Amino acid sequence: MTTIADELTRLEEIVRQLEADDVELDAALALFEEGVARLRAARERLAAADLKVQTVLEEADGELRLQDLDG
Amino acid sequence: MALSFHSALIAPTDDVWSVSQLTTAAKRIVEGEFMPMWVRGEVVGCKVWPSGHWYFNLRDAVSQVRCCMWKREATRAGKPPADGTEVFVLGKPGIYEVKGEFQFNVSRLIPTAAIGQAQQELERVKALLHRDGLFDAARKRPLPALAATLAVVTSTAGAALRDIITVTRRRWPCARVLVINARVQGDGAAESLVQALRLVNRLPAVDVCILGRGGGDREDLVAFNAETVCRALAEVRVPTISAVGHETDVSLTDLVADVRAATPSAAAELAWTDHREVVRQLDDLAARLAGGLAGRTRLGTEQIERAADRLQAAVGAVLERRRQRLGRLAAQLDALSPVRVLQRGYAVPSGADGRVLKRRAEFLPGAPFTLRVADGSVDARVEPPPR
Repeated sequence: MTTIADELTRLEEIVRQLEADDVELDAALALFEEGVARLRAARERLAAADLKVQTVLEEADGELRLQDLDG
Repeated sequence: MALSFHSALIAPTDDVWSVSQLTTAAKRIVEGEFMPMWVRGEVVGCKVWPSGHWYFNLRDAVSQVRCCMWKREATRAGKPPADGTEVFVLGKPGIYEVKGEFQFNVSRLIPTAAIGQAQQELERVKALLHRDGLFDAARKRPLPALAATLAVVTSTAGAALRDIITVTRRRWPCARVLVINARVQGDGAAESLVQALRLVNRLPAVDVCILGRGGGDREDLVAFNAETVCRALAEVRVPTISAVGHETDVSLTDLVADVRAATPSAAAELAWTDHREVVRQLDDLAARLAGGLAGRTRLGTEQIERAADRLQAAVGAVLERRRQRLGRLAAQLDALSPVRVLQRGYAVPSGADGRVLKRRAEFLPGAPFTLRVADGSVDARVEPPPR
């Protein structure tokens, strides 16, 4: 799963390429569209604000199990 | 008061205090005056009452004071101290009203020799860890710029976890927090912490790990000075923050962790970037994205306009579906369109060769250039330099 950190890294890259002088228009448009999509994804992720708190339990057989914790 | 003094000389009348009024008043003053304090002295005549309470005197070369320790606290202290034992006691002075006696109410009692032993053990472990390079600055890893998942090793019953969750909710509300419960004090605490820390390495996709507990008495933090715990902490594969909840005392885990935090709340502040900062970063990137595209206008304005229309249409559809949630985004995207930028009154100058002019130096005196505005373009010329 991509994280917000990943989105930001890619966005930085897109903007840098777009700001460089040697991008063809087609490539620039593609970058712009990708950038807009990533911006939207990152903003949605931030706005969702679903803090998840789970405890990690180790079963007798050594398997790990996650259990929701009421924060 | 002057009046009552005179009348007292003549004859005691209305101003007489009862004995219990006196002791009650004295008790209130004495007990209101002091915060809990540590006192060092020598125990004399410790008596264990059938109720389980301890009574003893604490003395130094000059004075002594009556001490009392209730059953619950006495049980924690273990065996009653023998005569002549040097101890530290934690407590508050008070007045025992029934006898009108000044006494020190003790909640903790630790023989000074035990402190000495604990100190020696601490120094031994510290030297070992130092020898093995666990405190080396070169070992310290930076915390991730933008963590998504945090592992917390602490007691699920403690205040530390509550504080960490509170700060997390404020700073990074889309976070994931994985809690590994451990005993943080008392018997078996070190073993429990080691086990929990090893478990962190088996969790996928953890970005940072907090080891912590709330503030406590120095003695209760002993597990965080254990060699095994320190080594297990050093082996955690992600950057670690030690937060043992004591501003003044430094535990060995504080020295081994990549970062030390004064409290669990402070640790959570360090672990997470404030989401508002990231929103600002996104705003900045959005602006640069629009600016970057605007810089390409010479390559085909119409194409850009069509692309912008397409984008707007696409966004419009999204908005239809999720209008409320994406309201903010819509405004943002609108601002992004290069056409809209021009409509707001901005103009893009380009030289004879079609290149966008971005700096003063690119405007040569007397040179013609074109200004692209919202509904077309205007031919312009740089003023020749004044003579």
